[in-house]
Amino acid sequence: MTPETSKPSRVYFFGTCLIDAVYPDAGLAAIRLIEREGVRVVLPAGQSCCGQPAYNSGFPAEARAVARRQLQAFPEEIPVVVPSGSCAGMMKHHYPALFAGDPDLSSAQAFSGRVFEWSEFMVRVLGARYEDRGGPLRVTWHSSCHALREMRVIEHSKHLLRQLQNVELVELPGERECCGFGGTFSVKHPAISGAMVNDKVDDIQRTGAARVIAGDCGCLMNITGAADRRGLPFAGQHLAEFIWERIHGG
Amino acid sequence: MSETARDRILARLRGAPRQEAPSPDVPAPAAAAPDRAARVARLKSLMETVRAEVHVLPAAEWIARLKEVLGARAIKTLLYAPGTDLGSAVAAAWQPDAAGLPELVAYAEPVESFKERLFGVEAALTTAAGAVADTGALILRPTGAEPRLMSLVPPVHIAVLRADTVYPSLEDAMREGRWAEGMPSNLLLISGPSKTADIELILAFGVHGPKELIVLIVE
Amino acid sequence: MAVESFEKSVDRALADAQLRKNFAFAMGNFILKRRAVFSDAEETERLRALGNAIKQRALSRLPDLLEQLEAACTRNGIRVHWAETTAVANRIVLEVIESHAAGRVVKGKSMVSEEMHLNAFLGAHGIEAIETDLGEFIIQLAGETPSHIIVPAIHKNKAQIAKIFHDKVPGAPYTEEVAELNAIARRTLRRKFYEAGIGLSGVNFAVAETGTLCLVENEGNGRMCTTVPPVHIAVMGLEKVVEKLADLPPLLRLLTGSATGQLVTTYVNLITSPRRAGEKDGPTEVHLVILDNGRSRIYQDPELRQTLQCVRCGTCLNHCPVYTRIGGHAYGFVYPGPIGKILTPQVEGLEKAGGLAFASSLCGACEEVCPVKIPITSLLRRLRDESYSREPQGTVPGRGCRQNLTERLAWGGWAFLNTHPRLNRMVTALLGMAGDYLPPAGPLERWMRYRTEPQFAGKGLHRRAKEEGIADE
Repeated sequence: MTPETSKPSRVYFFGTCLIDAVYPDAGLAAIRLIEREGVRVVLPAGQSCCGQPAYNSGFPAEARAVARRQLQAFPEEIPVVVPSGSCAGMMKHHYPALFAGDPDLSSAQAFSGRVFEWSEFMVRVLGARYEDRGGPLRVTWHSSCHALREMRVIEHSKHLLRQLQNVELVELPGERECCGFGGTFSVKHPAISGAMVNDKVDDIQRTGAARVIAGDCGCLMNITGAADRRGLPFAGQHLAEFIWERIHGG
Repeated sequence: MSETARDRILARLRGAPRQEAPSPDVPAPAAAAPDRAARVARLKSLMETVRAEVHVLPAAEWIARLKEVLGARAIKTLLYAPGTDLGSAVAAAWQPDAAGLPELVAYAEPVESFKERLFGVEAALTTAAGAVADTGALILRPTGAEPRLMSLVPPVHIAVLRADTVYPSLEDAMREGRWAEGMPSNLLLISGPSKTADIELILAFGVHGPKELIVLIVE
Repeated sequence: MAVESFEKSVDRALADAQLRKNFAFAMGNFILKRRAVFSDAEETERLRALGNAIKQRALSRLPDLLEQLEAACTRNGIRVHWAETTAVANRIVLEVIESHAAGRVVKGKSMVSEEMHLNAFLGAHGIEAIETDLGEFIIQLAGETPSHIIVPAIHKNKAQIAKIFHDKVPGAPYTEEVAELNAIARRTLRRKFYEAGIGLSGVNFAVAETGTLCLVENEGNGRMCTTVPPVHIAVMGLEKVVEKLADLPPLLRLLTGSATGQLVTTYVNLITSPRRAGEKDGPTEVHLVILDNGRSRIYQDPELRQTLQCVRCGTCLNHCPVYTRIGGHAYGFVYPGPIGKILTPQVEGLEKAGGLAFASSLCGACEEVCPVKIPITSLLRRLRDESYSREPQGTVPGRGCRQNLTERLAWGGWAFLNTHPRLNRMVTALLGMAGDYLPPAGPLERWMRYRTEPQFAGKGLHRRAKEEGIADE
């Protein structure tokens, strides 16, 4: 794919609260891979959470307060790259609605226009190309709901994965079905969420893949947590971290 | 004057915030109208997929085919509509000798006095006023002469359709037939014999409507 | 319905292996069928946009169209009744039946009649309501309610149905052959159609322009109910009116393709009047009951009003990962699935039914396939907001009923943490050190019922990035 937008010299990186607290390696890999293409990355200290947990739980005012803080943390008119379809979707598609009738609306709209999901940015803007130095490995891909339906970036993610010549990408039956995370849904309706994640884990197990790759750490935490609970051998990894590992011979 | 339920409901609806005028409907892209042969072929193909039996034949042959179709099923009674062109043609075709042919039963009185007979006949013959090719359905316009239940009650329904009344789409049929200017008491689209998939999504034919639908498309 | 009850019925459903198997099989099938009939992505999106526009246009003119419909129907000889509540609608139906001294009524499938709990009401007044749609016939014999909008008995497999027929239909042998089960239903109900003095049906679309009721079906029982008996009563929700005949073709394509994966149903039945002079059959008396039951209140809110665009195709159910696993009965109300989750809280109130709006991961699979593009996830989110809203009463009954200090403090705390970056970093560092020692209580306990605990990183991203020289401004 040829790059569709001109390459910026600097970009912001929105780490996401999950990557910050639980999956920092994924965040670092994503940043390094951007830098590798000759783009400088800024990780503003003032950022925190995109606000989605409160937004989805019936607390829009609290969500807006947190979202406003993010608007302030990324003031320059440069792209904001987000290693999560879920957070990117929140910022790109829901911030304008969240700020309807608010003095910061135009600021939110401008911000939303600068948001990219990480794999989308790597493919559409940077045209990244990779050489796989790792050994043969079978993996499968899980499409997170917001990456699929809101940000529509799955083809970009898979385009990156397919560049890795020694990686066998096995299709996951029910690839597009929700893993059951849904943020607070997983703790508000544990039984239903549990049934969903266990079906997802069964599907992954049946592919024989050593690893499930996804673009969202919420899904990964959910899926790998359930797999570990059941003592199943496969691992889960964020796409950026996986690519970083493969191009370095891991 | 006391307020009625109607008044209260309408008042509530009128009291609601006005909705923005919705964006204009995006019409279907103008598709090249398929020619008559293509339309007939598509109609036949779609109806056969749902187990209708479809014959395409020249005008001169339809009576003979009708007799064959009836004979193949050993039909003993055929309900027909004497007040229609189709009905008159059939009555004439049963003259002078109806040996080996089913008994013609005329739907000539109101259903109240005819119901037992109606529920006992084995087959019915009706006109189809037209058809819709893109989805595969016949258009029936029941009348006083050719009542509604003919195409529903008897287990075998035979419909005769003129090939030049096959429309590309329902939109075309509605527009060219100017349906909006005056609807009959009942208008039907029929695409095949009755069916259901209510049990484990397994398709089964012949539920409450006819078990068989035979279409004679006459050129 | 209290949250506990929903949780209990969910647990029961999830533990029912046969139920899960039946639903997984059926919903998987429906998904494939829909994909096959809507195979051209561009054309499908065009059609959905058109369906959305037609329904929005109708809703924007709703009171005028209802008046126009009433005038046209009345001109045609159809008697129009208005019912604000299901109780009134039931009374209207009863009065028509009693005025004809009838003891039974044959029914085509109608979700509105389920909403009215009509069968139970009529039964209490000594009138037998006989379901004639095969799926409804099965569950009536079993004494159950529908578990799906389109295929009411989908929660049952052949063996279960064979037993029901054998036990409940006089003289029926035990058979799992679908053709034979079918034949039993046909034989049993044919007599009922023949004898019935009253037929009752729903309405898929009511055309204001011509006063025409449009009904779709595959079995022929609907036509039997609306054509054989001398009296036909049609019941509809007031949102079913559309402006013109020309609106029908795209809506029919969308409804039929979405509901069953067909291009067209076996029958499309357009009823414009009772039997006219010179005609030999058809009912001599036709009634239309227009039901409100909270719809005019839903209409007051421009965003939530989109709920009324629903054409009752059931495809949101088919694509819902929650519905597929718990089935229709677990929801505890008439309408299950995503449409049930947005409709029921608005009709029954947030106290009784607001919990349903939270039983979703907001995956959006429903919204992706809704033929009239109802923004279901946005409406679910909106209903969640309503449950906690501190604003004075709005149009959704029970606004603010879930307000509680614990959650208010929790989200307030969360917001404080996330608007104070330095504090945030401290908490992240703390979690990195002590996260493993968090007591498994509250949300963490519920998480860990099915998963191991999250592994908090020793050093968070910001700290690692700083150490590796990545700029922070």
